[in-house]
Amino acid sequence: MPFEQLLQYIFSGITSGSIYAIVAIGFNIIYNTTGIINFAQGEFLMLGGMTAISLHSFMPLPLAILAAVIITSAVGALIDFIFIRRLKSPSVLNMVIVTIGLSIMIREIALHVWDEKVRSLPYFTGSEVTSINIMGAYISPQVLWVLGVSGVIVAFLGVFFRFTLTGRSMRACASNITAARLCGINTKNMVTISFMLSAAIGALAGCVISPITQTQYDCGTSLAIKGFTVAILGGLGNSTGAVIGGIIIGLLEAMSISIMPLAYKDAISIAILLIILFARPSGLLGKREAAGLKEF
Amino acid sequence: MRPSVYIPVAVLTACIIAFQIIVSALNREFYLTQLTMSAYYSLVILGLTVLMGYAGQISLGHAAFFAMGGYTTAVLTTYNLAGAAGNPLVKLVVGLGLDTVSTNAYGAQTQHLSPWVSLVVAVCLTAAVAFLIGIPILKLKGHYLAMATLGFGIIVYRIVLGTRMFGEADGISDLPAFRLAGGLAVGGDPGLRVQNYYIAAFLLVAGVILLTNLIDSRPGRALRSIHGSEEAANAMGVNTARYKLSVFVLSAVFACIAGVFLTHFNGGIGPSEAEVMKSVSYVAIVAVGGMANLWGALVMGVVLNYLSLRGYFGSYDEFVFGCILIVIMLFMPEGLLIKENFRILADTAVRIVNKCRAGKQE
Amino acid sequence: MSFKKILVVFVCLAFLAVAVSCKKKSGETIKIGAIFAVTGPASFLGAPEAKTAQMIIDEINSSGGVDGKSLELIIKDSTGSPEKAISFAKQLIEENKVFAIIGPSTSGETMKIKAICEDGKTILLSCAAAEDIVNPVAKYVFKTPQKDSYAAEKIFEVMKKKGITTIGVVASNDGFGLAGKKQLETIAPKFGITILIGEVYDKKATDLTGVLTKLKANNVQAVVNWSIVPAQSIVPKNMKQLNMNVPLFQSHGFGNIKYAREAGAAGEGIIFPCGRLLIVDTLPDNHPQKAVLAKYKKNYEGKYGEDVSTFGGHAYDAVMILVEAIKKAGADKEKVRDAIESLKGFAGTGGIFNFSVQDHNGLAIDSFDMLTVKGGKFVKYEDK
Repeated sequence: MPFEQLLQYIFSGITSGSIYAIVAIGFNIIYNTTGIINFAQGEFLMLGGMTAISLHSFMPLPLAILAAVIITSAVGALIDFIFIRRLKSPSVLNMVIVTIGLSIMIREIALHVWDEKVRSLPYFTGSEVTSINIMGAYISPQVLWVLGVSGVIVAFLGVFFRFTLTGRSMRACASNITAARLCGINTKNMVTISFMLSAAIGALAGCVISPITQTQYDCGTSLAIKGFTVAILGGLGNSTGAVIGGIIIGLLEAMSISIMPLAYKDAISIAILLIILFARPSGLLGKREAAGLKEF
Repeated sequence: MRPSVYIPVAVLTACIIAFQIIVSALNREFYLTQLTMSAYYSLVILGLTVLMGYAGQISLGHAAFFAMGGYTTAVLTTYNLAGAAGNPLVKLVVGLGLDTVSTNAYGAQTQHLSPWVSLVVAVCLTAAVAFLIGIPILKLKGHYLAMATLGFGIIVYRIVLGTRMFGEADGISDLPAFRLAGGLAVGGDPGLRVQNYYIAAFLLVAGVILLTNLIDSRPGRALRSIHGSEEAANAMGVNTARYKLSVFVLSAVFACIAGVFLTHFNGGIGPSEAEVMKSVSYVAIVAVGGMANLWGALVMGVVLNYLSLRGYFGSYDEFVFGCILIVIMLFMPEGLLIKENFRILADTAVRIVNKCRAGKQE
Repeated sequence: MSFKKILVVFVCLAFLAVAVSCKKKSGETIKIGAIFAVTGPASFLGAPEAKTAQMIIDEINSSGGVDGKSLELIIKDSTGSPEKAISFAKQLIEENKVFAIIGPSTSGETMKIKAICEDGKTILLSCAAAEDIVNPVAKYVFKTPQKDSYAAEKIFEVMKKKGITTIGVVASNDGFGLAGKKQLETIAPKFGITILIGEVYDKKATDLTGVLTKLKANNVQAVVNWSIVPAQSIVPKNMKQLNMNVPLFQSHGFGNIKYAREAGAAGEGIIFPCGRLLIVDTLPDNHPQKAVLAKYKKNYEGKYGEDVSTFGGHAYDAVMILVEAIKKAGADKEKVRDAIESLKGFAGTGGIFNFSVQDHNGLAIDSFDMLTVKGGKFVKYEDK
């Protein structure tokens, strides 16, 4: 395989990998606080994208994105207030079912609020035809945007969870909710904040990837499944792991295209995930001992 | 069988027969079509109830087992043996008398494998796959279990969708009828409707009897102990891994049998039967039925599928299922059909009647 | 507790409402069933089809109906699932005793209910593309979209003029994409064209640079993307990103200006075969389809405030053919079936229909024009 071609496959892998990664990061925030997986995370992306697209028709792009992020994060808070708080002692099974129900509900509401048609935001820099030539291979500037935004989010979350009081309180909730409560942390508010934060990050992700992937009422589910795969691959709760996992899955898929029929692409990435789950459920960057202690 | 089991079973059987007699008398036999389909879907749900409600193991990939049953029989019984008469395997099949001849929709005769053989193949295949995949999957817990079963479902969906043998996106159509013994046949012909209703009902009742007995037996108690606390169960000497695996395989076989029969009844199958959304709707119905409540799951399975298949929810079909999931989980995790709810209903009814009476007296 | 009480009562009332709503009024009407994928993965087909069918039926009823009777349309949302289509088809035929069924939207569903309609002696006017629907011909089954093979031939004709001999094909993994890919593969040798690579992508694909890289590495002279999903706007964008400057051909599934708009600057120069609905403004006034197309476009866009698409046109044709046949033969199923089979020179949105005993599609290859995207608009493609 000539070098340019190999590089092009790598770029293609990075393009889809960066999309998976930015979705996976959103999963980690709620997981880090509550220990639950929010199956409706994909719908936050869709909501963010759709809202920004609708707002963009009468305000500039950055403002539309900002407004979409705020609106979606309000939706996240609302979901916590209306649904999650009502669950008294949620088991994992119940949470999985509730969040799946939420995801279906949001999707169907979006179908009736907007319609079945596909939309997208304009490219942040350049247009549909712009591409950057790096050593003979080409990449869209929007991919760099996605990578950049993922990087900023990871850095922000790292600082947030390590150095701010709120961030640390949220982590305390995840490791032992009773102990956290005893330390005077308002655990319920922490859960609300985590929902707002992950909705906001989901919405931002939905806006950044919209020019590449386009946005449709039902685009959330397939993105969420990929994002979930990547989050587990990288180790649940680990944002750096999510980015690395995303790029790995993206690259594997791109390479598989060069030798296998494209039709089985998704089956391959899921099969890899299953193997990892069986062999090392804590993921690539997760701590094995931590996973063993966690109660599921 | 204990009395507590056979009384409800007798009531169920009576209901089944009464319904048929009533709709036949009213000349409304077409209601039976969707009821037959719902009965097969309820069979999947029954199996899943034991897995989820009693053994406490979630499966977001049960549609895959249904699809494996349906697709196996679809592939095997639509393969025209006459076209490959020279093949030694085909010779063997014909020599053993495992083939049948049917007339297809265009009036032509086709020689194909007997659906009995494909039923056996489908069950064996599904059980083997469930067994092999169950060993590693059931070691996982919580989200990892959910994700792994979901992943398994997606893989089966992708294979079905991407393989020419399975008809890709169009699926497989024009299946022959499944001729059982004595003139009984599973097929879409309107003339077969009443007997198909009874075939489906028979399978459903048989499934209920089998599962209620299982739950009341020693393995059933072991399963409930797993749901309560797996560690404690293990400590008490329950081989949790083995019990979980057996129930997983059993519920997969239930789904597979339902898949085989429904595919012959429908005369075809498409990839939508293997979709994730389908698995989710099975889980939703188990939850509505009250998780560890076979009768609840049975009733809700028949009712909700029936309404959905008749198109009552219109374009809000998925929305309804999403809402059901949330509402049930939030407000009545015990399910809809529990005594308390009936009591509330009765109370309210009595109060309304009393009020009306009071109003009249004034 | 009180909330729970309300909930329980509410649920019971909901069931009651459902039970009561079963009772339907009946009168001097002709019932027409419709099975469309209004929601779900094929909703971009089913939604405009359902809207169109409802619109025409309303129009006809407000102008006095057909044959002195008004029409009643029963739309069922199949969400693109064959098992639901089967259930609805049986329900419509046996229970609602419909006069004819319009739809379904996808080939997979149509193939499942073909035999059911045949047994039930009910006319089926499918809005799905695959040729298997009318080949072999079933007595009661018709379809309105143009044949895939004609679209493929049209594409290859242009390629031949351009001197293209090696191409790459990508198609979506739904009924439409796969049927088209099959036709391309069968017909290509006749035109001396080699398909170097044929790949199928997921209908929810979000990025296709990987597979396009594979095509680029094989130095294809043109790319054909046969699909009906939003990826039709992703393929041109990704090609431009990869600096692939070979011509892109798409199928008649591109017949929705929305897709061209999404592709933006990358969509310029896409060549595709299509019915004339999208270039109605440029048709000469004496064109036989002009009046039909202009009226449909005006009414649809006026009523729903969205761009008209060729998919909705398939439903328009299906309903109008049925209505035309009822006008000719009266409200008798058998006679109407015969009338459809002998319908000649009927101008619809997809082309001029000429049905016969052997041909239950009725459209000829001239129902397609080659279009291209210029300045964000569809225009007729001119050979250079």
